[in-house]
Amino acid sequence: MARPARPKFSWAWLGVMPFFLFTFLFLLYPSSTIVIRSFQDSETGKFTLQNILALFKSPYIIGAYWISIKISLITSLGGALFGFLLAYSAIRGNMPRFIRVSLLTFCGVASNFAGVPLAFAFIALLSPTGLLIGWMKLFGFNPYFHGFTLYTFWGLSLVYMYFQFPLMVLIIAPAIDGLRREWQEASENLGASSTQYWRHVAFPILLPSLMGTTILLFGNAFGAFATAQALTGGQINLVTIVIGSELRGDVLGNQGVGYALALGMVVIMALAIAGYTILQRRTERWLR
Amino acid sequence: MKSRGKVWAWFFIILGVLYFFLPLLATFIFSLKAKLGVLSFQSYINVFNDPKFIRSFTASLLWASLTIIVGIVLFVPTAFWVRLKVPKARTAVEFITLIPFVVPAIVYVFGLVRTYSHPPLLIVNSPLLLVSAYTILAMPYLYRAVDIGLRSIDVRTLTEAAQSLGAGWFTILFRIILPNIRVAILNGAFLAFAIVMGEYILAQYLAKPAFAPYMAVLIQNRAYEPAALAVLSFALTWACMGIITLVGRGSGQAQVGGGH
Repeated sequence: MARPARPKFSWAWLGVMPFFLFTFLFLLYPSSTIVIRSFQDSETGKFTLQNILALFKSPYIIGAYWISIKISLITSLGGALFGFLLAYSAIRGNMPRFIRVSLLTFCGVASNFAGVPLAFAFIALLSPTGLLIGWMKLFGFNPYFHGFTLYTFWGLSLVYMYFQFPLMVLIIAPAIDGLRREWQEASENLGASSTQYWRHVAFPILLPSLMGTTILLFGNAFGAFATAQALTGGQINLVTIVIGSELRGDVLGNQGVGYALALGMVVIMALAIAGYTILQRRTERWLR
Repeated sequence: MKSRGKVWAWFFIILGVLYFFLPLLATFIFSLKAKLGVLSFQSYINVFNDPKFIRSFTASLLWASLTIIVGIVLFVPTAFWVRLKVPKARTAVEFITLIPFVVPAIVYVFGLVRTYSHPPLLIVNSPLLLVSAYTILAMPYLYRAVDIGLRSIDVRTLTEAAQSLGAGWFTILFRIILPNIRVAILNGAFLAFAIVMGEYILAQYLAKPAFAPYMAVLIQNRAYEPAALAVLSFALTWACMGIITLVGRGSGQAQVGGGH
C-alpha cells in the first residue's frame, strides 16, 4: 500500500519537545538576543552595523581583545608544550605505571580546579607574602624587586597555566598512546636517527592533534573570567572582564556596543571549537 | 641515549608535580596560620562558625542538587527518545548540547540578564532561572554522560521486553533504563556537582547566594579564612573527581571554557 507522498508529521517528535523548549528558553533565545541586538541601534531598534564597527574604533575595546588574545595565545602554547612533554614523559618515558595513572587523575582534578579558589592558591604561593616568595627571599632574591607581580599579565598567565596544561595532558594522552612502538622500531631498523623518527614519523602524526588541542586551550583561556576577576579584582582589561563591568554598570555608554563585544567573543570561541573539532577528526584516523 | 631521555622524563614529571602541589601546599600552610606563632585550625573554626558560610554553602548544595535533578529529568528521557524514536533529531540535539562550549559563561549570563530583566520577561530574580542556567552549563557533560550510558545498553530490546510485559513509558524510563545507566549518570552528576559548587559567574551576576561569590568577597576582606575555603573547595573537587574515577574508571572529562 502506497504511503502518502507528503512527509507525515511524526508524533514522536513531541517527545523531544521539552528539551527543545527548555534549551530555547534558557540558551538559544538569550544567545540569539546577543546576535540580534548587536545589529540593532539601541535607541531606535533599526538594523545597523555601527555597533560592530564601533568595536574596531575604540582603543579600549581593541586593547581588551588584544590582551585576551595575547594571554590565550601564550598560555595555550605554553600549556600545550609543557602538557605534551609531561604526558609524553609519563606515557613513553619508561615510567612506573602508577605515574601515568596518577598524572591523569591529577590532571582531571586540576583542569576542573579553577576560578576563585585557584586565584587564592596562587596568592598564597606567589603574593609578596606568599610561600615561594618567602623561600626565595631566604636566598636573597625577591622577584618583586625585579619586576614580577602576581596581579598583572605574566602573573595571571602563570595562574592560567594551572588549568591549561592538565587539559592538554588529558586530551593528548590518547594521541600519544596511538603512536605505535612498532613505528619507532621500524624506523630504527631502517637506520633512522631519533631526530629523523620525530621529524618524519611521530611529529606529522601528532601534528593535527597538537594543533587542535592548542586551539582548544586557546578557547579555554579566552572564555575565562572568574580566575582573573578574583585574582586582580578586574584590574586587567580582558574582554570577559569588560563584559562583566558592562553588565554591572554600562561602562561602554552604548548597550549596542556591549552586545557586539559579546558577539565578538562568541565568534572567536566558535572558530576555536570548530578548528579543534576538524583537527581532532583528522587525528582519529591514526588512533584506531 | 636512553638514560638521557629518562632524566628528561623525570625532570618534566617533577616540574609538573611541583606546579600541581606547591600552590596547594602554600594554601594549606597559610590556612593554618590564623593564630600568631602557632599552627592551628582556627581559620577553619572561624569559617564553620560564620553563618554566611553555612548559608552560601547550603545554597550551593541546593543549586547543585536541583541542577542534577532537572538535568536527569530532562536529559534522560530526551536522549532515550532520540535513540529510540527520532534518530533524525540527533544532530540538532547534539549540536545544542555543545553550544555552552562556544558561549563563555560571562557572555551567557550577559545574554540572560539582558533578556530576562525587562517586563514581560522579568524573571531574572527567580531562583528557577539560576537552576535552569546551571542545567544549561552542565548540559554538555551531563547529556554526553547519559548518551554514553545509553550507547552501552541495548535500549530497543530492553524497551520492547518491558513493553511486552505491560510496562508504561514511565516505568520503562525510571525502572528499566535509569537503573541500567546509573554509573554513567553518576559520572555526569558528580561532574555537574563539582561545576556548580565552584561556579562563580552565574551566581554572582544573577545575585544569588553561593559558595564561590562568598569566597571572592572573603578574599578581599580576610587573610586566612579564604585559604581554609580554598582547601575545602579543592577537597570537594578532589572528592568528586575521585568518585568519578572510581565509578567510571577515569574517562577523564575536563571542563572547557565557561567555568574558569
